[in-house]
Amino acid sequence: MTEALRQHCESIKAAYPEAQSALIPILHALQDTYGYVTPQAVEEAAELMAMTPAEVEGVVSFYTLFHRQAKGRFHIQVCDNLSCRLRGADQLVAHLAERWRLEPGAASPDGLFSLERVECLAACGYAPVAQVNLRYYYHLTPEKADQVLGGLADGEEARGERI
Amino acid sequence: MSESKVLLANADVAGIESLAVYERHGGYRALKKGITQMTAAEVAQAVLDSGLRGRGGAGFPTGRKWSFLPNDGRPRILVCNADEGEPGTFKDHYLIHRLPHLLVEGMILSAYAIGAPRAFIYLRGEFLQGYELLEQAMAEATAAGYLGEHILGTDYALDLQLYRGAGAYICGEETALLDSLEGRRGIPRMKPPFPATAGLYGLPTVVNNVETLCAVVPIVEHGGAWFKSMGTEKSPGTKIYSMSGSLQRPGNYEFEMGVKLSDLIEAAGGLLPGRSFKAVVPGGASAAYLTGEHIDIAMDYDTLAQSGTMLGSGGVIVLDDSVCIVSFTRRAMEFFRHESCGKCTPCREGTLWMDQVLSRLELGQGTEADLNLLLDLSDNIAGRTFCAFGDAAVAMVASSVRLFRQEYVDHFTHQGCPLLRERVG
Repeated sequence: MTEALRQHCESIKAAYPEAQSALIPILHALQDTYGYVTPQAVEEAAELMAMTPAEVEGVVSFYTLFHRQAKGRFHIQVCDNLSCRLRGADQLVAHLAERWRLEPGAASPDGLFSLERVECLAACGYAPVAQVNLRYYYHLTPEKADQVLGGLADGEEARGERI
Repeated sequence: MSESKVLLANADVAGIESLAVYERHGGYRALKKGITQMTAAEVAQAVLDSGLRGRGGAGFPTGRKWSFLPNDGRPRILVCNADEGEPGTFKDHYLIHRLPHLLVEGMILSAYAIGAPRAFIYLRGEFLQGYELLEQAMAEATAAGYLGEHILGTDYALDLQLYRGAGAYICGEETALLDSLEGRRGIPRMKPPFPATAGLYGLPTVVNNVETLCAVVPIVEHGGAWFKSMGTEKSPGTKIYSMSGSLQRPGNYEFEMGVKLSDLIEAAGGLLPGRSFKAVVPGGASAAYLTGEHIDIAMDYDTLAQSGTMLGSGGVIVLDDSVCIVSFTRRAMEFFRHESCGKCTPCREGTLWMDQVLSRLELGQGTEADLNLLLDLSDNIAGRTFCAFGDAAVAMVASSVRLFRQEYVDHFTHQGCPLLRERVG
């Protein structure tokens, strides 16, 4: 762990009236740095929080946004819950498999993209919906998905959209 | 009936997320009135008088919830529940992304009313953009003297903090949220004690939904009686209805409580071309189905409860005639199976079992006995779990068997979905 990261984590701890509240924000910070919650990150969080690694594992394993393996540079979360399904989420996932060779739960061989089917993203009126690196993209037709992914493949940043 | 925009009055104004534009449209006027012209007790009384009921789903009167805080000198905490994740609901998403200052203003007023020096906004982890917008709004509000020390030159101070969860529907349950905010797995707590007496860090705590806190702003500005004059007697005020599914113009629509379902559907542009109405889930995936018989039902807490379903969070999912109820219900159960926190056996095992039964029914491999099994499982989950999740998980299934039994039967007599067969030709 770099000194800068340690200091950042210490400042998160200091921001809360009870240090225990800092665990989830610290895990976010470690994941943002390492790409996912590595075994080393669990050890580091445990040390910072004066907890056992098992206790930290218990928290990490509860939350879906904490990943245990490397994601693509652009991690795509497609909602396929009720309203998104009514508006073509399954076709979107099928298109991502066919056109972009993306399968849920895996990263592309070049490490650029990874795909995950997720539960409701609370944007049902703009279905189908996905997030790229937690940035929202709404009304994702296959054509629009091609534009978004094409742009990212050409070096754009995942900025998301405003509703 | 036309829309009554109160919370969403300025939602379409360009740049409304910035302080300057928000102020130009009357922003922070309620805060000035509340903090410089009213006592905390008067603000709380206005909310009590308004009859405002919690917009997160339970519909408990907000003013009464506040009144349960004990007067024992311990510091109080206000927590905003922004863990929106009920399938079909996206009003808090909209409020946070369009009107971040409205939520900040509502938080400051509500914290003032209950005498809380500290407050948190707990956002679901996926609301990263919302987090950034609120961070910006809070920085602007602090610089303008609306937040922080000596608010509007008074002795009132508020330490408001943002917190991002990490992906777990159950954290929308207020005691699970508090556990998550304390850095643990989000598991519901035993009640009592209620958060009002032992909440975050064991301190007296109020947890309110985003829309609830936003509603405090117009209530303070125009008075509790004004708010109560809208809606129905027992469900006063306006409500944001999240309209999704087979509609031409899905989106958030704000109406007075008690608006007819048919008016909501009309506001959302009606059904998709060539489609006809089949069913509706009126209050997110936790609510039982209604069919065409209820197309003119009044969309308020009490009327929906009397009809065996609920308003919940106001997430209205409209299904057209091409939607397979068995498949749709199975997908809802998959969600509940995935999101069960695992604490209670009936919920943990029951949702898994029901998902398996619904899956074989969807594939046309079920039997008549499976329908009775679903109802039996529903009875053994509902009311037998620690929190309301168990009841929520079975509402759609139980009502689907009651209302659409023939559709299930058609699946096992045709060895598959008749609708799918029709579409494939």
